Formats: sequence, structure tokens, C-alpha cells
Amino acid sequence: MKYIDEFRDGDVARKIADRLATEARGDRQYSFMEFCGGHTHAISRYGVSELLPTNVRMIHGPGCPVCVLPIGRVDMAIKLALEHDVIVCTYGDTMRVPASDSLSLTKAKARGGDIRMVYSAADALTVARDNPERQVVFFAIGFETTTPPTALAILRAQREGLKNFSVLCCHVLTPSAITHILESPEVRQYGTVPIDGFIGPAHVSIVIGAAPYEHFAEEYRKPVVIAGFEPLDVMQAILMLVRQVNDGRAHVENEFTRAVDRDGNLAAQQKVSEVFELRPSFEWRGLGEVPYSALKIRPAFAEFDAERRFDVGYKPVADNKACECGAILRGVKKPTDCKIFGTVCTPENPIGSCMVSSEGACAAHYAYGRFKDIPVKVSA
Amino acid sequence: MNARDDSKGGTVRAGYVRPLDIRNGRIDMGHGAGGRAASQLIEEIFLAAFDNPFLRQGNDGASLAIPQGSRLVMATDAHVISPLFFPGGDIGALSVHGTVNDVAMMGATPLWLSASFILEEGFPLADLKRIVQSMAAAAREAGVAVVTGDTKVVEQGKGDGVFISTTGVGVVPHGIDVSGANARPGDVILLSGTVGDHGVAVLSQRESLEFETTIVSDTAALNGLVADMLAVCPAIRTLRDPTRGGVATTLNEIARQSGVGMLLDEAAIPVKREVDAACELLGLDPLYVANEGKLLAIVPPEHADAVLAAMRAHSHGADAARIGVVQEDAHHFVQMNTRFGGRRVVDWLSGEQLPRIC
Repeated sequence: MKYIDEFRDGDVARKIADRLATEARGDRQYSFMEFCGGHTHAISRYGVSELLPTNVRMIHGPGCPVCVLPIGRVDMAIKLALEHDVIVCTYGDTMRVPASDSLSLTKAKARGGDIRMVYSAADALTVARDNPERQVVFFAIGFETTTPPTALAILRAQREGLKNFSVLCCHVLTPSAITHILESPEVRQYGTVPIDGFIGPAHVSIVIGAAPYEHFAEEYRKPVVIAGFEPLDVMQAILMLVRQVNDGRAHVENEFTRAVDRDGNLAAQQKVSEVFELRPSFEWRGLGEVPYSALKIRPAFAEFDAERRFDVGYKPVADNKACECGAILRGVKKPTDCKIFGTVCTPENPIGSCMVSSEGACAAHYAYGRFKDIPVKVSA
Repeated sequence: MNARDDSKGGTVRAGYVRPLDIRNGRIDMGHGAGGRAASQLIEEIFLAAFDNPFLRQGNDGASLAIPQGSRLVMATDAHVISPLFFPGGDIGALSVHGTVNDVAMMGATPLWLSASFILEEGFPLADLKRIVQSMAAAAREAGVAVVTGDTKVVEQGKGDGVFISTTGVGVVPHGIDVSGANARPGDVILLSGTVGDHGVAVLSQRESLEFETTIVSDTAALNGLVADMLAVCPAIRTLRDPTRGGVATTLNEIARQSGVGMLLDEAAIPVKREVDAACELLGLDPLYVANEGKLLAIVPPEHADAVLAAMRAHSHGADAARIGVVQEDAHHFVQMNTRFGGRRVVDWLSGEQLPRIC
């Protein structure tokens, strides 16, 4: 495939691996966080870690939208379907996120909830048009990548005067999460998570541009390299990070120039700010309450806000005690540090959210990399 | 579907005069009530399409003679698919191919099929006729006879147009022993062609997914291909058609059944560019996408070249490839050397393969 195969070329990968082996200094460790679940997926699926020198370690960050969705938010969507007879539409990965009472949207569907998987916010709008007698709620999750389509759906619903469409808004913001990680005690004081730099998100950066990361690079002295999701993008970004660390630089560099520029997509940003405003605080699974880290629907569009239209208040729900998703999302622990990884918690029976989406650190390691460390019993 | 439902017995024309209105008619509850309407439906749609001596006898079942010294193989499959018609096939052909292939993958020659239909009230007769004719054509092509069957009608809203359940019976010649438990370290894994064609063809027709593609389903009966393969190597260890769950899940099943591991070579696995592109777009992995006209074969290394040549000589195996080897592995992992130069596990599919968010 043109524009794909070029970025999966094994020969080029080996050349970059050779450069990394030459340039990564033997007298130090390099720890880089890939924030985005897309990078985690690419690293696992293509076996990128095997091509890295042993002193270069990748830490999986909290950039999987499914993984950071707290239980209480999924509970709200389930309540809408089961108790308010609403048609709930959402993206595929969201269907299997564990919720309270051993439920998930998939299980709630089996109990009679009208829950439908859609491929876009526009599809949810179509469901609303096709079912004028029913209320339709789009359970909107995701980072800056999926936010503009939700804004457009709301604007279109307003233009069409749709009375049966609303959005349960759970959109979150990347820069706030990165700041939260950099401010966490593990990184700032205790040094349990040494982070020497970040691989910046690909799709998110297409929307917000490179500029929002300049702040981290300067204030926290952490280099950031924005990279695409292909394995060669990731390898090249790691090489660029190693070079910055070696030179003592902390800049924002852009490996993904074929899609990202400094300012991002201004039209998309304008639509988002027209429809959404900052939430003072939002709970992230694994990170807890993070100030100004999520969006809510502006009062001007209140009629399209499912939280206002229906009586489904948010109630925080604690994660399973044995689950280490929180520490894994902050980079404090690896999936294999969790006692229930691969035994109680598997992709068939995910206890924590990191085991749900293929972008989750645990699911990616379970699916692609577990042969390297622990023998895991496979169940049919 | 037995012709005894006919009030006059046998397949003699019943007391009705006006034939079914195929163009405008729809299934109603009367078609499932066992009376004259049911009889008319059976005669004009099912018997007309499947006509053979077993059905013509009009008994409740078929009396089948088995060749001496052979073993009998029986397999059954229920077919529910949306949409019912897709590029390259429909539920009718699929319901024949699926079961014929299940029987053939045991090393057997498929001979007879049963077909059971659950029809939803309101289903257009024209569509039913099209489906049944497609089934009959598929059965003729595969050399199997539909010898017994049944129809039921459920109320509107309680079905999905039509569900078809088929059971196949075949015989295994003396000296053939094909089983998922027979793979041994050192054996070679062969694949009969490109993966993911059926799944992507069906997906492209789903409501909310309007991407354009020229991909057609690979749905096909593979008993002819299997016969050619067994002719050059009666010692084939394992045959399996990688349907739902795709090549990845099927190989994991065999690895567990045989107590072995496998090592695949990603670069050797044939995937059509259009399938690869569609999967890329949707965030799916072609290794997990369904096929309906492909088979995996595990053969002793000394016979691999001969079997591969036999596969490539057959129209359903033209793109056949050697994709990996069986190896010792206490954990029964299916691993793959990636095109990128790394190695990874090719795991079981867990739940449905869901598109990623971004």
C-alpha cells in the first residue's frame, strides 16, 4: 500500500536500529513515554521494542481513550439505555469497558438495552433522524481527535432542529494529562518514573498542532517528538529523542511533518470552542480528578447535553482493588507487575480498562508480547 | 421440507390452483403451519430447486447407503448473516459451502446435506427463491445432494429474514486420518490463498460503512481442492477452513488441539491490497477477518512441495503459499516474524474484532 508500506520497511528499521545502537550511550538509561495508545499498539504489533538497545525503555502512557474512561461514566451510559429507554450510540472499543455490577455496554445490550456501535458521530445523528420517536444519546469519548466530529454533530443537530439527539460528553484533553503526569510525585520527587522525553500523539496533533507541547519542553526540560503511528515513525522518533537527550536539548520536534504543523487544524479548533468549554475537573481512570482536563457542552447547546436532559448524575466508582491500571497508566508499573495480568484479567474477561482496547498497555502486551516474559494460560 | 407435508402424499401437485406470487408474495405465518400453503412453498421453491431422488421419495428422512470400509463424517452449521446478499455470494451459497467445507476438512468426501430454514413473516418470496436457487447451484457444483430439510416461520421481528442451518454427511476413504490434533513439530503450514476477502466483502455492504471496494467474497466449496491434495499426499495431518476468527484463531485452535506451537512468516501470508487497505482504514487485522473459501493445511515437511503444487494447480488454490512451520512450544503460542523485523504473538481473537477509535 502506497504511503503505508514505506513506513513498515524492515530494512529501514534495521538501519535505524543500528543508528540507535551506535548513538545511545552505554553509560546511561533512556526512558521515553509514548503518550498515545496508537503508539503503544504499533510498538507491540510490530515488535519495535526488540529492535531497541536494552538501555532504551518505552513507558506506556495514558493516551488510550478507552483506558482512561472511568467506571462511573460508563455507568451513566448504561443507565440511559436500561432505565431511560434511550438508544445509546458509541464507538466500538467502548462497548467492552468494564462498568459497575459486572456490566459493560455489551452486557447491558444483552439485557435489553438498545445500544448500537457506530463508526462516527454522524452515524449517531442518522440513528436519531431514523428514530424520531426515541431519544438517541451519543456516548462521546476520546481525545482531541474525536472531539471535532462530535462538535459538528451537535451543530448539525441544532441546524436541523432535532429534538431527540443529545451527547454524553466525555472528551478529554491531552496537554492536561501530560502536565498531570509531569506533576505527579512519581515523576517529580520520587524518581520512580524517570521520563527523559515524550513521543507526542499523531492524530491529536493534527488537530491541535505542535505548539501546545512547547510548554512542556521548556518548563519541564523534556524533549517531545511528535510522531506518526507507523512503526518506522516510532523508531525515528526514538532516535530523535536519544539525540536530544545526548545533546542536552529539550525541544519540540516534529517527525510527522506529513500531517502535523505548528498550529494544527484551525477550522476544527474553532468548531470545538464554539460547542465546548473546559470542565473545571474530570475524573480519569487511573489518574483521578485532573483539573481542566476535559470538555463539556456550552450552555448555548444545553438541549443537546445528555447530562442536562436526563437525570443521570456522575458517581465515582473505585476500580477493582487488585487492578493496577492506575499505576500502569501513569507509567509507574508494567502490565506484568500486576498480579491479575493474564490470569484473572484477560481480554476475554477484562477487570481493568487497560485490558480492553487493543491500544491499552495490558491488552497490547497480552496480545503481542507476552511470549517474552511470563507463560500465560490461554483459555478458549 | 419433506414432501409428505403435501396433503395428497408424495410430491404430487396439491389441491391449490394459483401458483405462488414470487414477484410480490411474502412469507406469512401460514407458510409455516404445515398445511397447504406450506406444502406449496416446499414444492414450488425448495423441491423445484433441490430436486433429487431422495427428496422425490417424500419421506421424513433420507435412507443413505454407505460405502463399505469407510468412516462417516457429519458436520452442522447455522448461518446468520447480514446482509443476506453480498458481493460474490449470499446466505444460500454460504450455507452449502460452509458445511461442505467442514466435512471436507475431515478428509471426507461430502455426499449429502440437510437444510433447515427459519423464515421471518414478511420475507419476500422472490428473495427466498433467489437464495434457494443459489443453494441448489452451490450444491450441484460441489457434487452434494440436499436430501432432507425443514421450514419454520417465525413472527415478524423474531427473525432476521432467513436463518439457514445445514448438516452435511460424507465418507472418509480408508487410510486417511485428518484431524486438528495431528500437527507435529517440523510440519509445514500451507494456506490456499488470500485472507480476509469474505469478511471485507460483507463489511463493505453494512449500513453505516459505505466504502467502495471491488472485493468479492471468496465463498466456495473446497472439496475438489481437498481431493486433489489428498491424492498427492494421503498423509496430510490437518485441514481447517479459517472462517470466523480468521487464520489467526484457526491456527491457535490447531496449536492447542495438537499441543504444539507455530511460527508464521508475515511476508509470506497473501493479502489482497484492497483487503489490506480496508482493514487499515477500519483498524482491523486481516489475520482475524473471516474467509469462506480458503483452507489451512498442515503437512509433513517431505510432502509440502507436492501438496503446494497440487493446491496451486486447482482454481481455488492458485495463490496458495507456505506460511510457516509447526514447532515445539509448551505454551502453544502462535508467533509471527513480522515484515518489520520483529516477532510477536498472533493471539486468539477475543470477543468481536472491534474498530479502534482513532
